Amino acid sequence: MTQLPQSTERKMGLVIDLDTCVGCHACVISCKGWNTENYGAPLSDQDAYGSNPSGTFLNRVHSYEVQPEQGHAQLIHFPKSCLHCEDAPCVTVCPTGASYKRVEDGIVLVNESDCIGCGLCAWSCPYGARELDQAEGVMKKCTLCVDRIYNDNLPEVDRIPSCVRTCPAGARHFGDLGDPDSDVSKLVAERGGMDLMPEMGTKPVNKYLPPRPKDTVEEQIDILAPLLAPVAEEPKGFLGWLDKTLEKL
Amino acid sequence: MHPAPSVIIFTTLSGLGFGLLFFLGLGLPDVSGWVAFVFFAIAYALAVGGLMASTFHLGHPERAWKAFTQWKTSWLSREGWCAVLALIVMGLYGLGVIFLGQRWGLLGWLGSLFSLATVFTTSMIYTQLKTIPRWNMKLTPAMFLSFSLAGGALLAGQSAVALPLLLVAALVQILYWRQGDRAFGASGTDLGTATGLGQRGAVRAFEPPHTGTNYLLREFVHVVGRKHAEKLRVIAFGLAFVLPLVLLVLPFNHVFALLAVLSHLAGVATSRWLFFAQAEHVVGLYYGKR
Repeated sequence: MTQLPQSTERKMGLVIDLDTCVGCHACVISCKGWNTENYGAPLSDQDAYGSNPSGTFLNRVHSYEVQPEQGHAQLIHFPKSCLHCEDAPCVTVCPTGASYKRVEDGIVLVNESDCIGCGLCAWSCPYGARELDQAEGVMKKCTLCVDRIYNDNLPEVDRIPSCVRTCPAGARHFGDLGDPDSDVSKLVAERGGMDLMPEMGTKPVNKYLPPRPKDTVEEQIDILAPLLAPVAEEPKGFLGWLDKTLEKL
Repeated sequence: MHPAPSVIIFTTLSGLGFGLLFFLGLGLPDVSGWVAFVFFAIAYALAVGGLMASTFHLGHPERAWKAFTQWKTSWLSREGWCAVLALIVMGLYGLGVIFLGQRWGLLGWLGSLFSLATVFTTSMIYTQLKTIPRWNMKLTPAMFLSFSLAGGALLAGQSAVALPLLLVAALVQILYWRQGDRAFGASGTDLGTATGLGQRGAVRAFEPPHTGTNYLLREFVHVVGRKHAEKLRVIAFGLAFVLPLVLLVLPFNHVFALLAVLSHLAGVATSRWLFFAQAEHVVGLYYGKR
């Protein structure tokens, strides 16, 4: 049913650290790989090796430049996937009941055999989290790797979403954001985790950790200068004699 | 938004068809037999033709029947129900009018109600979307309803009713354009709120996630058609309202009446094209586009 649950037992989601992300796109590739080979229809590409390639991705990394009033501009890499909103507009607009939000963990999923590919859910999503697969004609979205996180056939260390497992910088964290004592909730509290487009009223579960301030220009520009000062003292012995003799010449 | 021909054809034709059914249900014009048959045939061709066109953009049209299940939350599902109910009720009413010379008033009223409800639910599919500020306005249902009623009255040959309804629809159109042009700015959503980085300074899209295009850009960022928007507005307004009004004021003539209907239809289609082409989805912000 496309009625949203009153509340969910857990709120599984991601915490994405904009301070740490280096913009390597490894999460994009691992997501595409895992989700092409596993749950649901594969993520197709069109004209993959031609002049106008395009394809379905559940996770994409943007890069933004922020120019403060004073000081240097900062470049911020910005991974974006489904935020598994508490008040997910994509679920309620679905005419067939293909879109749903799970009561047990809050994950928003698409039942592909019910999806008619009308695209209305993608229209209703402010974040661009849903893409209609051009080959299958059904809506694809992040499943929070529902086929990994509960998968007993995988080693325990791999039972997290593919993007989180892959991130070489540790910029992505996975956990229960409904539990205030979970690691991810503590991280959000400590770092001031934020919602994207809060004015849309979607109440995203995924949180973004703002980048720490960087490139602050101090009074003393060369902070390494004290460390680089010559440490050699007055030469003694033969070198001292040589030094003095050469000075006199 | 990408102005898909299927949805433009659908909203234009169905709007007009259900508008005509609304008046037929009220007994305007009070016809029977073959004349009634022609009126009903035109109304059904427009309404059903439009509905068929709307299934063309579906990824899986064969599963379209499943869209009747989620009427509790989905305006698209409610639209499906209203359309089917309107067509069934008006079909029964039409049988009486055409073949039995009977006008079952209550059934007609009910059919008229469902016809209007269909147009309203269609408009709510667009109006409900907070992601598209230009649609997320009370004027959107007002526009769909006023267009449908004006077009219906025109098709039903009800000049006396069509005249004021066309004037109202024209006014709603102007108000819609005026408010719509300010809607995105007034929504408070910009790249700053989209990224959550707005507090820190001016945010600029530096690099897109990929060098090519994607579904989101094709579906939601349509810049090409906006270049001629002002000219198209003049054309749409002239065809949909000014010319039909002039033709209505002139002494009645079947050729003029037909011209008025065709002109109105072309004008509404142009307006609907702009409705989609000019609609800006907030997801474009993430790509530094509108």
